[in-house]
Amino acid sequence: MSITVNNLTKKFGAQRAVDNISFEVETGEILGFLGPNGAGKTTTMKIITCYMAPNDGDVKVNDLSILENQEEIKKRIGYLPENNPLYNDMPVLEYLEFVAELQNVPKEKVSDRIGEMVHVCGLNVEKHKKIGELSKGYKQRVGLAQAMIHDPEILILDEPTSGLDPNQIVEIRKLIRHLGKQKTVILSTHILPEVEATCDRILIINNGKIVADGTADMLRKRAQGQEVLRVQIGNPESRDSVITSLKSLDNVAMVDFDPESKNTFIINSKDDQSSRADIFHMCVKNNWVLTEMTPIETKLEDIFRELTTVN
Amino acid sequence: MKPIWSIAKRELKTFFDSLVAYILLVVFLGVSGFFTWLFGSDVFFIGQATLQPFFSIAYFTLFFFIPALTMRMLAEEKRSGTIELLLTKPVTDWDVVLGKFLAALILICIALLLTLPYYITVWAIGPIDQGAVWCGYLGLILMSMTYIAIGLFASSITNNQIVAFLLALFIGIFFLIIFNVLSNNFTGFLGEVLSYLSLSTHFDSISRGVVDSRDLLYFLTITLFGLILAESSLAKRNIVE
Repeated sequence: MSITVNNLTKKFGAQRAVDNISFEVETGEILGFLGPNGAGKTTTMKIITCYMAPNDGDVKVNDLSILENQEEIKKRIGYLPENNPLYNDMPVLEYLEFVAELQNVPKEKVSDRIGEMVHVCGLNVEKHKKIGELSKGYKQRVGLAQAMIHDPEILILDEPTSGLDPNQIVEIRKLIRHLGKQKTVILSTHILPEVEATCDRILIINNGKIVADGTADMLRKRAQGQEVLRVQIGNPESRDSVITSLKSLDNVAMVDFDPESKNTFIINSKDDQSSRADIFHMCVKNNWVLTEMTPIETKLEDIFRELTTVN
Repeated sequence: MKPIWSIAKRELKTFFDSLVAYILLVVFLGVSGFFTWLFGSDVFFIGQATLQPFFSIAYFTLFFFIPALTMRMLAEEKRSGTIELLLTKPVTDWDVVLGKFLAALILICIALLLTLPYYITVWAIGPIDQGAVWCGYLGLILMSMTYIAIGLFASSITNNQIVAFLLALFIGIFFLIIFNVLSNNFTGFLGEVLSYLSLSTHFDSISRGVVDSRDLLYFLTITLFGLILAESSLAKRNIVE
């Protein structure tokens, strides 16, 4: 199932929480929703799940519109809300049964589905406890289990790994990756490595507007523009002579010392050019020992900061 | 229909898993039994085989108990955010409101069922006006529906259970006493309107054994009105200017 968001706007008073955004998610795609707090991630998700009506615009799930076919859409979506609200006074199994009933899971399948969810989410040890007695990580698993109980075609997860320990995070990511092969998944998170690890595509939003859309590699390339190399030369005669010769190369734009090491240099190539080969040849010619040449990648953190900091 | 029943079932389970249901049943039976059989103008004092003392005491106890039942129903869901969980399932706002309404009504009906031994006992003592008894029960159920709807509305506009409780009592007391008192002070049209609005006017006539369609209409209208208000205050999140 594909999701198409068209010119979606949601206002809270004078503030535009979501400001005219449009994007698409294809079947089998895992979309990572990134953005600082209050950027509009949760609001967008609440609109897609038919919890809130937008001021303007529309969301289409296949051909169903959130303005008209709410009941149909709700059946196809599994949703884990922010902060994972749960009925603390209910035992885990009873709660999953309740949700299965609401989601119209056929009676004969209910126990199978619950069994599967308990297994997949690793709830077996805790399944008879009341939800309120569980640790945060287990509550999060219950939240995921209830979202997936009716085997929905679309999964919308608002910060699915918050509160989990590192082992659980790896498991849940694996699970999401696995599910994402057949399903359409939108997940929001603050944890940047998580997006890289799980998502096919990243959408960064800030102040209700989309500021970046693409794969992690595309975003990096876009943010970086030029190639940056870290070059270490084992036996430089003098730093100045190395710098002068490096600067004389045609495709080198800028050369700098690395402040932490005497014989390491940071080299910026000119736009859309690579200077790696030329640097190598120059080292051979001058009989310098090239001990390191590493391209420096812009971190996703930097891209995120650059795109979402108001200046 | 199905989600309404699922929600009502869950709500009833919560009542019986916590102490709420048991406390309510025990105190309700205790208080109404005490005043029906032992104290004040009880059955023996009146010296007639009638359940009138029970109906008039139930009339007041339910007024306090029902807000205690309904106060958490929507307020707690809103405070903890579980309302979002419910409403993103294939469940409408009406399903939620009606499910909760049904759960509270069933619990009150259970409480009233448990008072049937009173009826049997009085019946054994002397000739009882059967019509008046059943009409009295009908009146209590209709009145409970009214208070539940008011309580749900109070619970729907706040996240705080105490506020919901007090607000339900505050709205309820107008129907219980204030309209009645005011109607005595006004003559003419205004007096009639106030007297019509007073719950006791309608409850008294039903519990005497007269089922008038106007009385039924009164209870059902207020119930519906309360439920509509509760539903629209839930649906408020969808309002866009």
